[in-house]
Amino acid sequence: MVRTYNRIERIKGSIAQVKAEGVMLGELARIKLRDGRETLGEVISFDGDRVNLQVFSGTKGVSTGDETRFLGKAMQVSYGDTMLGRVFNGSGDPIDNGPELMEEKVEIQGPSFNPAKRIVPKRFVKTNIPMIDMFNALVISQKIPIFSIPGEPYNELLARIASQTDADIIILGGMGLKFDDYQFFKDYFTKTGAMEKTSMFIHLASDPVVECILVPDMALAAAEQFATKDKDVLVLLTDMTAFSDALKEISISMEMVPSNRGYPGSLYSDLAARYEKAVDIESSGSITVIAVTTMPGDDVTHPVPDNTGYITEGQFYLHGGVIDPFGSLSRLKQQVMGKVTREDHGDLANAMIRLYADAKKARDRASMGFRLSGWDKKLLKYAGLFEEKMMSLEVNLDIDEQLDLGWELFAECFEKNETGLKNEWIDKYGKW
Amino acid sequence: MVDKAERSRGIIVAAQGNLMTVRFEGVVRQNEVVYVKSAGLSLKGEVIEISGNEAKIQVFEPTKGVRYGDEVEFDSDLLTVELGPGLLKRVFDGLQNPLEDIAEQSGYFLPRGVYLDPLPRDTKWKWTPLAQVGATVEKAHFLGWVPEENVEHKIMVPFNFIGKGTVKEIAPEGEYTVDQEIAKIEDEKGNIHSVKMMQRWPAKFPLRFGERLLPKEQLTTSMRVIDGPFPVAKGGTFCTPGPFGAGKTVLQHQVSKYAKTQIVVIVACGERAGEVVEILREFPHLDDPQTGGKLMDRTSIICNTSSMPVAARESSVYMGVTIAEYYRQMGVDCLLLADSTSRWAQALREMSGRLEEIPGEEAFPAYLSTRISELYERAGIIKLYDGKEGSLTIGGSVSPAGGNFEEPVTLSTLAVVGCFLALSRQRSDARRYPAIDPLISWSKYNDRFAEHGDNFMKDRVKKIAFAQNMVLRSDEIGKKMSVVGEEGIAIEDLVVYLKGEFYDAVYLQQNAFDPVDTATDMERQNEQLEMVSKVLEKEYSFEDKEKAREYFLSLTDKVIQLNYLSKDVSIYDQKKEEILNIIEGV
Repeated sequence: MVRTYNRIERIKGSIAQVKAEGVMLGELARIKLRDGRETLGEVISFDGDRVNLQVFSGTKGVSTGDETRFLGKAMQVSYGDTMLGRVFNGSGDPIDNGPELMEEKVEIQGPSFNPAKRIVPKRFVKTNIPMIDMFNALVISQKIPIFSIPGEPYNELLARIASQTDADIIILGGMGLKFDDYQFFKDYFTKTGAMEKTSMFIHLASDPVVECILVPDMALAAAEQFATKDKDVLVLLTDMTAFSDALKEISISMEMVPSNRGYPGSLYSDLAARYEKAVDIESSGSITVIAVTTMPGDDVTHPVPDNTGYITEGQFYLHGGVIDPFGSLSRLKQQVMGKVTREDHGDLANAMIRLYADAKKARDRASMGFRLSGWDKKLLKYAGLFEEKMMSLEVNLDIDEQLDLGWELFAECFEKNETGLKNEWIDKYGKW
Repeated sequence: MVDKAERSRGIIVAAQGNLMTVRFEGVVRQNEVVYVKSAGLSLKGEVIEISGNEAKIQVFEPTKGVRYGDEVEFDSDLLTVELGPGLLKRVFDGLQNPLEDIAEQSGYFLPRGVYLDPLPRDTKWKWTPLAQVGATVEKAHFLGWVPEENVEHKIMVPFNFIGKGTVKEIAPEGEYTVDQEIAKIEDEKGNIHSVKMMQRWPAKFPLRFGERLLPKEQLTTSMRVIDGPFPVAKGGTFCTPGPFGAGKTVLQHQVSKYAKTQIVVIVACGERAGEVVEILREFPHLDDPQTGGKLMDRTSIICNTSSMPVAARESSVYMGVTIAEYYRQMGVDCLLLADSTSRWAQALREMSGRLEEIPGEEAFPAYLSTRISELYERAGIIKLYDGKEGSLTIGGSVSPAGGNFEEPVTLSTLAVVGCFLALSRQRSDARRYPAIDPLISWSKYNDRFAEHGDNFMKDRVKKIAFAQNMVLRSDEIGKKMSVVGEEGIAIEDLVVYLKGEFYDAVYLQQNAFDPVDTATDMERQNEQLEMVSKVLEKEYSFEDKEKAREYFLSLTDKVIQLNYLSKDVSIYDQKKEEILNIIEGV
């Protein structure tokens, strides 16, 4: 049933009100503007025959005489192999000058996964980045954000993780992206050859704000389709703070009561609904979500990183161009460390971090001008090597090579009995 | 029950998100269940506001596709919980939908508008009658029992039965399903009521028949830091607030595994689905040390995780507490664990916002603290009509924004609970687990145990108070030391500091990943406390500070190693003797 109306009653913020009958919550409408543009809108509420539409490309330039056509269906996303290598905007329209997709479509914001059908995740995701693989191993179906601040190379890190994992499909959801960042992702994926298994949903910083909040839903709905068809999908979402800010902007313009620093009271549920799409489906595919959360003012208690931390399974702190080994945490790492990876993995990683923490203290002592003991000097040497060979984001090694490197560093800096490691491991894997 | 024909009907006239306005004819009850008939689906909801011939309802499911004019059916019943044998070993959502059955029927995803029977209708239960024909009974009196896992599951006179009744018929021993008649009872007016094994109870009303008693007995958890300084009482309440990453979930899992209770109801309310999966996949394989069965046998799970509908999140907590109260009514000890009550409060906040109520602090509704106290007040011990006692202990985790306890949910919770187990980021960063902060946590139960307990208990409470005092002094000295350095304090103070650190390391901290240390029974806890107290009470005189440090460092290491040793190992006694000699020696 297609119904057309020629009068818009009220326009405010991103909302346009139309008098219409028989519309559904969530139904899409196409508005034809006088200047020839067209935009989609979604029914977000109705009261009698007054229907409120959230206009995806904003209400700028919308006139009371514009034509609104209700489409009788909800927001959908196409999926299928032809979407790979392609770039779309938040409304799902191609923005890479390629053809419109004619494939099957699926509604976004689909039902949630039955918890009783979930399995305990235990498949290791190799990234070849020591600060992840070695110390905070990533696991299939994990949802984990990179906590960072503007200016840090978080998008570079995200792109590198994506092209170095062996995911079948990569879906990038970009929210509030600068054009340079968008171009960077495109170039990087093209250069590394990952583009042919990648699909992008991009909301640029200059795009209408409503499209921003659609991006994760589009990306995850498409991912879910691939995942139920045996594919391991990696979903990258950058930046979820921009997404939350878009939610804030819209909810305030709709006169909803704000809860904390202007964010809507539903922020936790809104974020969780997206992150919880991460899943490992028994005897089928999976969705792993790596997101970026920039922390305004480097403040982890800001509502966005705070709520995120309660939802996700750990976090990577990206500070000063490196992944901080102390604040970072992968809650699922126990599922794979030493079980899927080499047996000495867990103990070796713990020993390396413990000694690095001691080394940091030694460095403090050195900077305060205290006299250093022989042990302090050893620690300082170790810290230098550790930072150069392990922490640097340039390092690119297979997990077994990372473990060997760890033993090599120990052999170079310490005596056998100084590392506190089990003799069993030292005899088997030590490099002394 | 109102006859189906009399039930009111209405149509949707306005909708926004989960909140809808219905124009109705007939009679409508506040909080009555409604079904919105939309596109062939029937979506469950609840009346939350009535004005004239319009009612506002909140729908428990995603509302995409609802239109103006969609029909609404009023059910006349409030949101109820189905009670009867078959609640254990099961996983329900916030509306008591059995998730495993739904998975079987619908696959990976949770479909809308599918409501299955919470209790299995085809399972036959071995029934033994207790009441005789001709006996006078009242509501909640026992009619008979069926074995359900390790519980003698009592079948009771319906809770909504009014006045005294006479048993007219009772089914003989045999096997029955939950919806078969097992008794006929005549009420005072001469009406005959047919009784089945299952019955319903409105979730938001406390289910409590009998005299309420004060909690006086300890609910042990196998965790030293809880059972020692901050104990929980059977029939009492506790809360565990903490920032993310401080180990709230590990703590809740530990308690759900090792708490000495007969039934555990876990409400996973708005948290990660992954955490429930761990319970679901682990518990069926873990042994219950008390019964020899599996942990899952005593567990019932209500699971409304963060991506499941928010409105059903609100009801999930009530579902859980009602199920626990039901078992309490049989004279059973129950424990309800809700993770997390903050998510539940947020659900209240979301709905209150949509209703455009005037917001209170941080936009939480003004009735937040009332709701929180109502919930925790459902805990308690009751004396049943036959003189036996049943208990319900409630523990809620709280997820305060930014880890700051000065927020409405934490503050309202603290006002009503008997025990506060504060998880702190500082302790978890220092890897001192469980990260329950001994400086700010408290329990109101220790004094009561001392009052009601025997001499041993009185002595135990005294020892713990002494140790606690040591921790406080040690912390003060530690703070001083960080300013003036070790040189700036007297050796006596350093010893106090080291004693506090020692007690923290060997008694308060416990390794959840060590197979032995993870759970310590009371006998061993008493033994450990005995040993620690010897050290704390001893007057030491060391030559210099270095010697004092060395002594406590080596002692700490030895005691921790002993904590990791099973008492069944032959060298245990020898190791213990060694340590005692060191303590006596200096």
